[in-house]
Amino acid sequence: MASRLAWGLAVVFAASAPFWMSGYHLYQGAQVLIYAIALLGLNLLTGYNGQLSLGHGAFFAIGGYGASILIVKLGLPYYVAIPLASAVCFVAGFLFGFPALRFGGLYLALATFALAVATPQLLAFKRLDFLTGGSEGLHVPKPGPLLGLPLSVDQSVYWLCLAVAIALFAIAANLLRGRVGRALVAIRDHPIAAESMGVDAALYKTICFGISAFYAGVAGGLDAIAVGFVSPESFGLALSLAFLVGIVIGGLASLGGVIFGALFIEFVPNYADQLTVYFGENAKALPGAVYGVMMIAMMAVAPMGIAGLFRSLAQRLRKA
Amino acid sequence: MNRREFMTSAAAMAIFSTPARAEDTPGISASEIKIGQTMPYSGPASAYGVIGRTELAYFKMINEQGGVNGRKINLISLDDGYSPPKTIEQARRLVEQEQVAFLWQCLGTPSCLAIRQYCNERKVPQLMCSTGSSALDDPEHFPWTSPANPIYQNEARIYARYILKEFPNAKIAVLSQNDGFGKDYLKGLKDVLGAEHAGMIVKEATYETSEPTVDSQVVTLQGSGADVFIIAATPKFAAQAIRKSYDLGWSATRIVSNVSISVTAVLKPAGLDKSKDLVAAQWGKDPSDPRWKDDPGMKEWGAFADKNLTHAAFFDQNAQYGYGNAVALIEILKSCGDDLSRANILKQTTHLSGLELPTLLPGVLLKTKPGSYSAIRQMQLSKFDGASWQLFGELIEA
Amino acid sequence: MVELLHQLSSGLALGGVYAITALALVMIFQATQLVNFAQGEMAMFSTYVAWALLQNGWNYWPAFAFTVALSFVGGVVIERAIVRPFAHAPILASVIVFIGLGFIFNALAGFFFGYTVQSFDTPFNGRPWFGAKFMSAHESGAIVVSLIVLALVFAFFRFTPLGLAMRAAAQNPASARLVGVRVGWMLALGWGLAAAIGAIAGMMAAPIVYLDPNMMGGILLYAFAGAVLGGIDNPWGAVLGGFTVGVVENLLGAYVVGTEVKLSVALIIIVGVLVAKPSGLFGRRIVARV
Repeated sequence: MASRLAWGLAVVFAASAPFWMSGYHLYQGAQVLIYAIALLGLNLLTGYNGQLSLGHGAFFAIGGYGASILIVKLGLPYYVAIPLASAVCFVAGFLFGFPALRFGGLYLALATFALAVATPQLLAFKRLDFLTGGSEGLHVPKPGPLLGLPLSVDQSVYWLCLAVAIALFAIAANLLRGRVGRALVAIRDHPIAAESMGVDAALYKTICFGISAFYAGVAGGLDAIAVGFVSPESFGLALSLAFLVGIVIGGLASLGGVIFGALFIEFVPNYADQLTVYFGENAKALPGAVYGVMMIAMMAVAPMGIAGLFRSLAQRLRKA
Repeated sequence: MNRREFMTSAAAMAIFSTPARAEDTPGISASEIKIGQTMPYSGPASAYGVIGRTELAYFKMINEQGGVNGRKINLISLDDGYSPPKTIEQARRLVEQEQVAFLWQCLGTPSCLAIRQYCNERKVPQLMCSTGSSALDDPEHFPWTSPANPIYQNEARIYARYILKEFPNAKIAVLSQNDGFGKDYLKGLKDVLGAEHAGMIVKEATYETSEPTVDSQVVTLQGSGADVFIIAATPKFAAQAIRKSYDLGWSATRIVSNVSISVTAVLKPAGLDKSKDLVAAQWGKDPSDPRWKDDPGMKEWGAFADKNLTHAAFFDQNAQYGYGNAVALIEILKSCGDDLSRANILKQTTHLSGLELPTLLPGVLLKTKPGSYSAIRQMQLSKFDGASWQLFGELIEA
Repeated sequence: MVELLHQLSSGLALGGVYAITALALVMIFQATQLVNFAQGEMAMFSTYVAWALLQNGWNYWPAFAFTVALSFVGGVVIERAIVRPFAHAPILASVIVFIGLGFIFNALAGFFFGYTVQSFDTPFNGRPWFGAKFMSAHESGAIVVSLIVLALVFAFFRFTPLGLAMRAAAQNPASARLVGVRVGWMLALGWGLAAAIGAIAGMMAAPIVYLDPNMMGGILLYAFAGAVLGGIDNPWGAVLGGFTVGVVENLLGAYVVGTEVKLSVALIIIVGVLVAKPSGLFGRRIVARV
């Protein structure tokens, strides 16, 4: 009940943001929502189903580039382009899930890590320049006002992201509450027992990979129109690592944790940079180190993620 | 003609000396000029962070000396981790929240491309971008964006003309970074060679910045039998290519792009003896060259580096680059006088008629010409004699 | 033919570096079943320590030995102070700690030593060995060093009581504890050895690729690939895997797919091999009991 209340308040808070936030803050808000969608996808895969991916930035990139190409080169509206690109992501993820079945955690880590490293150079591949714009990337036109309402671009993009995020969260929550969710968790915790109970582990795992990639693709597509630009440098290893950091720090296998994770990867690097300001110009070289320290400190405080921290706090309150 | 355009043209004609009141421009007050910048202090390109740090230190010194026309320079330099979405976020924060007068020296081709549209829509000057990409020198479509570096393609064109003149029968091999920087070089070369001489390039190889070495590429390029070897690479990879080509006993004429001509950062690691007879186009003064020991400009830079940075920074070409650009900006702001409107700052930056910088070669002046905002257009070819670069030929106008 | 020899030898030399780095990964993996993503950055930082010593007039071998020893201590301290507290947290919490450590070492190296590329001395100077013109003395030396490190690691685990205790602690911590092995310290020891081996990898890599804060980024990926390809549970496999990756990658780039996509293609092949042979080329098949 309490959690339902918290979700409700969060949605009201988020939906009202465009009434009292400026354009730049709305851009940040949209980024948080986009990250939250991508993290949700990764959390379905890694948190709930136990398949590690260090390369989800690649699916984010397929979504982003796919949508951009459909919008720029074919002139499709974004509400057609993003679902199409996300469908491509689903297929890509589903196919990637097949070899993933064969290897355990470590090989999957290597394969996805490699995918993350290779993504920028594949995006800059010369023979695809006519589609991708090569290393100069693609400029994506800003979407028109949402539903023809008198809104600014930032407000439109933000509400669009929010609406999509709410829908995708609702779908994920529904999936997880039912048979599918139980099967995914069972495969993660007791793979052999799950199979002997008649769960088709291979099917669930590959479909889970596909859905996870689909979420990342939707996020990538939204990101392309929110940012208005895609280039190979936007989808490097750092992005994939940020996603992983997001789900672990937010809390594995937790829907609420995804929100905290998104807030963390959006804002904490900025704070790390801000912090260095107080120590003179030379300390400006250190935001990376400060961010690293913050990550480790966060894990020390909340080894089960921020959502886990809240859970244990709530439990303690209940006992008291 | 709206009011702003009227003001601009009025300023241009310099007939009416009614400067825009300082308070009209965001970021400009009677006591301060607020400037924004994005810089990769973290992430894969953090080597360039020293540019921003040098510039911050320089403005601190200027402020201690009283600032520009009584106004202090307040440069807000934010980390973007070399990620374009973050660049947009930080640029918007600078423009919308910090209310800076303009953006200056934002670093990186993808980052600058990402915010170009935004800056031009809002008519916020995006001045002296730290890149030599030709895509960022497009005043016709993006009048509020100007590049600081000489355009890579122009440099490559000079090499192509040099090859056509000196080695008309050359077979050329090219090593280039697989990104906009490398592709611009290739384009510049091919522009000059044209269809007629396109066959002169017998082999191209690229590398990724994530690769440990380019040794394998150099072996392949040598195998092509080329007798001219063009190295369009950043310092680490250029040093590897110079060393490897020497070790292979490849006797080609080697041309190295200007980003990798530092004696300290490239040629010493590669081996000075192995760097002999390299050819490169120059426009700056090399800090390790004894020729500039008593040069007033370089002494100034050395004294500044020793006092405000580290001694090593004096030899860091990125730090030197930041210093030169910071000096240029102060001169530009001085030339704005009391008219610190965005339009006038843009105009002063993009209509330079011969500004001298302490770090540039004698005779190389910041000059813009119509249709292009690129200010460094003069270069001189040079050959490395095993100890220092020896300039030869005339200053070439690109 | 000469070109092919050059390609092979430069691949082998880099392969040696991958192999040593892979060994460092194996050390920690054997003890904890985790891949330390900060291994490369730690190795890079160690190499800067050696570089600073050499700059201050130390001779090569004392600087080498001191760096290896210091890295060992550093590895132990990091394990005790930073990694240990996460022993009972989810595995991924440890992975995040590794990523954080990587960020920290990378930024600190840039802060203390700058980003300018530095050359790094090699003890193997002079003319190429055995008159082999296609391989520099350092490249030959690096290959030999990687084999020596492998032999030492192998002998350590096989013949020393401490090595046996470490293996016992890794394979069956509960029983090891019962026979008096201090399992906690064995993990710290594993980290120390990994850091020391990493330092050697860095010092062998730096003369080839030059020293800068991003030196080990690419190397770590290839080492990881090599270790997994060879079988990350045994040192021999990891070393062979490292050499294989070095050579295959060069040959692919030079003769098969060109330089632009060689990394991607090499990785696809590795993944393909793993699909066919999931325990790695030289690894043991582990049968899980229910």
